[in-house]
Amino acid sequence: MASAREEILQRIRDARVPAAPPVVRGYLTEGPGGVELFAERVADYRAVVHVVSNVPEALERLVGKRIVAPTGVPEEWLVDGVTWLREPLSIEELDGADGVLTGCAVAIADTGTIVLDGGEAQGRRALTLLPDYHLCVVRADQIAGSVPEALARMEPTRPLTFISGPSATSDIELNRVEGVHGPRTLEVLIVT
Amino acid sequence: MARNPVTWLGSPTFPKAAHKALADTQLRQNLRKATGTIRGRRAAAVAEMTDWEQLRVAGEQIKDDVLARLDTLLVQLEESVTARGGVVHWARDAAEANRIVLDLCRAENATEVVKVKSMATAEIALNEALEAGGVHAIETDLAELIVQLGDDRPSHILVPAIHRNRSEIREIFQRRMGVEVSDEPADLAEAARVYLREKFLTTKVAVSGANFAVADTGSIVVLESEGNGRMCLTLPETLITVMGIEKLVPTWQDLEVFLQLLPRSSTAERMNPYTSVWTGVTPGDGPQKFHLVLIDNGRTATLKDSVGRQALRCIRCSACLNVCPVYERTGGQSYGSVYPGPIGAILTPQLVGDMHDPQAASLPYASSLCGACFEVCPVRIDIPSVLTHLRAEAVEAKGRTAESVAMAAAAWMFASASRYEKAQKAGSLARFLARDGRITSLPWPGSKWTSSRDVPAPPQESFRTWWRKNRG
Repeated sequence: MASAREEILQRIRDARVPAAPPVVRGYLTEGPGGVELFAERVADYRAVVHVVSNVPEALERLVGKRIVAPTGVPEEWLVDGVTWLREPLSIEELDGADGVLTGCAVAIADTGTIVLDGGEAQGRRALTLLPDYHLCVVRADQIAGSVPEALARMEPTRPLTFISGPSATSDIELNRVEGVHGPRTLEVLIVT
Repeated sequence: MARNPVTWLGSPTFPKAAHKALADTQLRQNLRKATGTIRGRRAAAVAEMTDWEQLRVAGEQIKDDVLARLDTLLVQLEESVTARGGVVHWARDAAEANRIVLDLCRAENATEVVKVKSMATAEIALNEALEAGGVHAIETDLAELIVQLGDDRPSHILVPAIHRNRSEIREIFQRRMGVEVSDEPADLAEAARVYLREKFLTTKVAVSGANFAVADTGSIVVLESEGNGRMCLTLPETLITVMGIEKLVPTWQDLEVFLQLLPRSSTAERMNPYTSVWTGVTPGDGPQKFHLVLIDNGRTATLKDSVGRQALRCIRCSACLNVCPVYERTGGQSYGSVYPGPIGAILTPQLVGDMHDPQAASLPYASSLCGACFEVCPVRIDIPSVLTHLRAEAVEAKGRTAESVAMAAAAWMFASASRYEKAQKAGSLARFLARDGRITSLPWPGSKWTSSRDVPAPPQESFRTWWRKNRG
């Protein structure tokens, strides 16, 4: 008897679907971009947005809290008065933290999205998931205008997380409500 | 062969089920409110995009290309996933897929799994199969949880509990979670957060579906809102993803089209809150065992039909449900399948693959052919054309019936101008049956129509007669 794999592949060949014409990509590949549009779009989804020039100064808001800082976070971000939690961290420790501070890989102005890829200052995915508060630092040069521009900047085989606003649901009467399982507060610092 | 669980065993035909649903005023109110809200928001989200039509065309073309090269692309996907440490399984039908997943759970000694909302696993009735095998599946999407705790059935692709309003949800949560909670959506969401938190932190195996799989990189993509998806895709040690074979895109670049089309069509957002992408296994981050189960379950049979195969372009956004006048009035459960609404009316019967099944054969008739579904479809599935095509198949399977005789007579009448005119004259005689311009009861076979609605009385003279008299 043929394996499921062979049988399915044979059924597909037997269907004799004719070749499709080449894809016409007539859509826009670039967006206007910019800090202003990104800030406006992030705020649309009830994330808190600040445009700042000095990161350590802006991080004063974390004083008195227990904050996760992933590997690769710049030394100058680790301001005094904050209990910094560093890897290795258990699930329980992450669950008990007040928040997490990260950078990002790419951001998308058009949709107000930040993208994490597990690289420098972002850490593994659980770090930005379990704490109830996520503070993300985005450099102006990391902001891509459109979805196509942003995807072209990513490394697809890294574990990617696209974040557009805090955790939300539309499951009750199709109205958006913020705050389910992911961080209920998302704060974005845009550095110019 | 075992029956395909894409339709629920013992479901009545669509007209019978719809008749019952139409009498449920609470259901109609809930649906009108929810679909009305999302329709307006979707239109606004789409209106922002000046290149929406170009995106739709590209979406259609990419998916058509996938269907044309499906064998090659699946083999490519298998290679990419395997190269990155994943294991690929193939399942011809629901029973085979369920057995694979159950065996994988048993290999991990799991008695519980957490689940991300997935149409593919609902289609194959995975939860029931796991339960029978001693593994309890916990649905973690809020709407799926409402359905599961309410011992209910889904009624919408995106929001399976759309037929429930906030006070009904409150009642289900209080009864099944044993907590006091208000009917404020924020409080209901908080109750779900608390209820599931422990499960996320301790369960070792997760089961997900996939929105897209990228053939050239082996990357799997899941779009969600709540973070339950991220929990399931990140915290457990083993991840099992069940995916229909048509969910592919050829290249990473192709996602730029679908990541724009899907959120706006689905939840009317520029982007959904969370999208996760993973490729095989990443050391030190997320599940260290990854299994991908590719299911056919009627898809290759659908692929054979040159008109019907376009249903396989579907990206499960549910925009067609939200604009459908039939869906809004009958609700999703009347369709007797996990795929309701216009897309369900063409996808379900094709996956079942047997037009002698009276329930499946009744689904292509669950439409007024108004065409709103085609207009909103982000991958331009011409649902009305597929509906009429499947109706023809249903009629053929049924053989000669009162309806087919009437249709044959109509075809004979329409084929000749003089016969058509004579029929119109005869028709105007029906005026004598009318009261206040409406006919409430016609003799058989017209009674089939008037038993559930009125017919306006035909005019005294036909347009043709009037034209000849006045302009001829």
